[in-house]
Amino acid sequence: MNIVEALWLSIRLAVCVAVILLLLGMPLAYWLAQTKWRGKFLVESVVALPLVLPPTVLGFYLLLVMGANGPLGKLWTAWFGHTLAFTFTGLVLASILYSLPFAVQPLVVAFESVDQRLLDAAAILGASRWRIFRQILMPLSIPGIITAVVLSFAHTLGEFGVVLMVGGNIPGITRTVSIDIYDHVQSLDYAAANRMAIALLLISFAVLSTIFAVNRRVWSPWPTK
Amino acid sequence: MANQMTSSMTGSRLDVHLRYKRPGAAAESFELSVDFQLDAGITILFGPSGAGKSTLLDCVAGLLTPSVARIALDNDLLQDSDTQVFVRPERRRLAYLFQAPALFPHLTVEENVAFGLNHLHQESRDNTVRNLLEAFRVAPLANRKASQISGGEAQRIALARALAPSPRAVLLDEPLKGLDAELRSSIVDDLRAWNRARQVPILYVTHQRDEVDALGERVLALDRGLIVAEGAPHTVLDAPRKKRLAYAAGFENHLSAMVQDVREADGVMRARLAGTEADIEVPLGYATVGTRIHVAIRAGDILLAARKPEGLSARNILAGVIDSLEIHGPTVVCRVNAGAMFLVHVTRGAGRALELAAGQSVWLVIKTHSCHLVDD
Repeated sequence: MNIVEALWLSIRLAVCVAVILLLLGMPLAYWLAQTKWRGKFLVESVVALPLVLPPTVLGFYLLLVMGANGPLGKLWTAWFGHTLAFTFTGLVLASILYSLPFAVQPLVVAFESVDQRLLDAAAILGASRWRIFRQILMPLSIPGIITAVVLSFAHTLGEFGVVLMVGGNIPGITRTVSIDIYDHVQSLDYAAANRMAIALLLISFAVLSTIFAVNRRVWSPWPTK
Repeated sequence: MANQMTSSMTGSRLDVHLRYKRPGAAAESFELSVDFQLDAGITILFGPSGAGKSTLLDCVAGLLTPSVARIALDNDLLQDSDTQVFVRPERRRLAYLFQAPALFPHLTVEENVAFGLNHLHQESRDNTVRNLLEAFRVAPLANRKASQISGGEAQRIALARALAPSPRAVLLDEPLKGLDAELRSSIVDDLRAWNRARQVPILYVTHQRDEVDALGERVLALDRGLIVAEGAPHTVLDAPRKKRLAYAAGFENHLSAMVQDVREADGVMRARLAGTEADIEVPLGYATVGTRIHVAIRAGDILLAARKPEGLSARNILAGVIDSLEIHGPTVVCRVNAGAMFLVHVTRGAGRALELAAGQSVWLVIKTHSCHLVDD
């Protein structure tokens, strides 16, 4: 049952993160694509930070912030009676930060590639900014939105360092597939590690091939023509 | 609603006063500075490429925010920089047709035309859309995806879409570029028919002369950000540069030349200086090959070089001989014979550095846009 438990946890985590990142990433990406603020590069740098930072560094600081003595951890404990670190919620929060660039960047690219004249035309026809976003910008950015969801899902599914730092290794709560594999290898149970690794491999392959088959314009390492 | 109906039936009026310079534009680029009124009916905004026509429309529509502006439709202020009034584009109730149709590709033709009618009930929206599609002869395309439509049909649909919300004024930016003459005039007829009952001001931008003749009741000629002439098409086109006479006062050099070649895409003309073999490049004006033009150049806008310069962006480099030199305060006034006589002002320091002397061979360097076309 170990394998099902870890897999179920990983998939739950990846789905939660992908959904929340889409909801958070869209307004952030819209703002980044539209703003003429000169300090924009600072926000872009912060968003891109997880791309270059070792996951352990990010995880370490998140652990400090979320831990029993961290600012967020204290607040959380005061409200909910338990710490944020080593919980599923803490894991979701950490993964959101870690996968942020994978959601935001495809969205920014998609929003920026929509012809400005279409947005101008919609505004002159009396559409509010919210209506332009909903009825023009979003439908024309569908490939980018799918890419953002797939990448945040896949990236979260396979993450290891951040999860280990923030979540530890609690079965059913924070013991994800990658942690489980690591654990089996540590205890020299290569057969169990292999079962888990194959499961993860197959799921990742199934997700990506489904998406690429459905939509060729989604980001992929392969040229489309 | 009743009020709006009466005001639009009597014909409305658009007042535009604005100054705009693109942020970050090069120092020598010009500023758009215009002041005009539009009454009901079609007014042509005519001028060469790069004269500021599209920028002007973007300012009126509220897509650009000029620093100094007073734009009003009848008694309704759209922008007033003095009182910090700025009505956002979606609240101006204007129509604006771009050079490209800019149809929403993911919507059908019908949905495109209905886009600006969000405030209406389903039934009256459907009626309005159906009537417009018929008026602009695109009814059979109603259920097609906009991405499958191109050319004249797309532009007709874009026009129907722009007019659907009953705009209070219409801005058209070379909307019929690339369409053949017959199609163009049929679309313009449809537009006129639409405006017969409504009587709103229509500003129609073009840089094509034939369109001015075909359309215009009134023409505004825009050049380098300024309105240089206005009136009926034949007065503006045949006796154009009236306004520029005063503007050209204070130019030391007045040269006569014959147009050899008009390069509309580059925005320039080549002209042979009278009595010489020398050609100069000047900005595009309202002239055709063989027309005699007059060019005014400031003495301070001409550069002198002791050797033939190379690798310059300036298009006019003429060989000449210094005829005489005179010192006026800090300025050396050189008369240079380059077939025609040119007056050139240089500083005394520059005169010393070049060791200028009468009889010396020199080169004159003149930028295209330092050559100003003026009337006789």
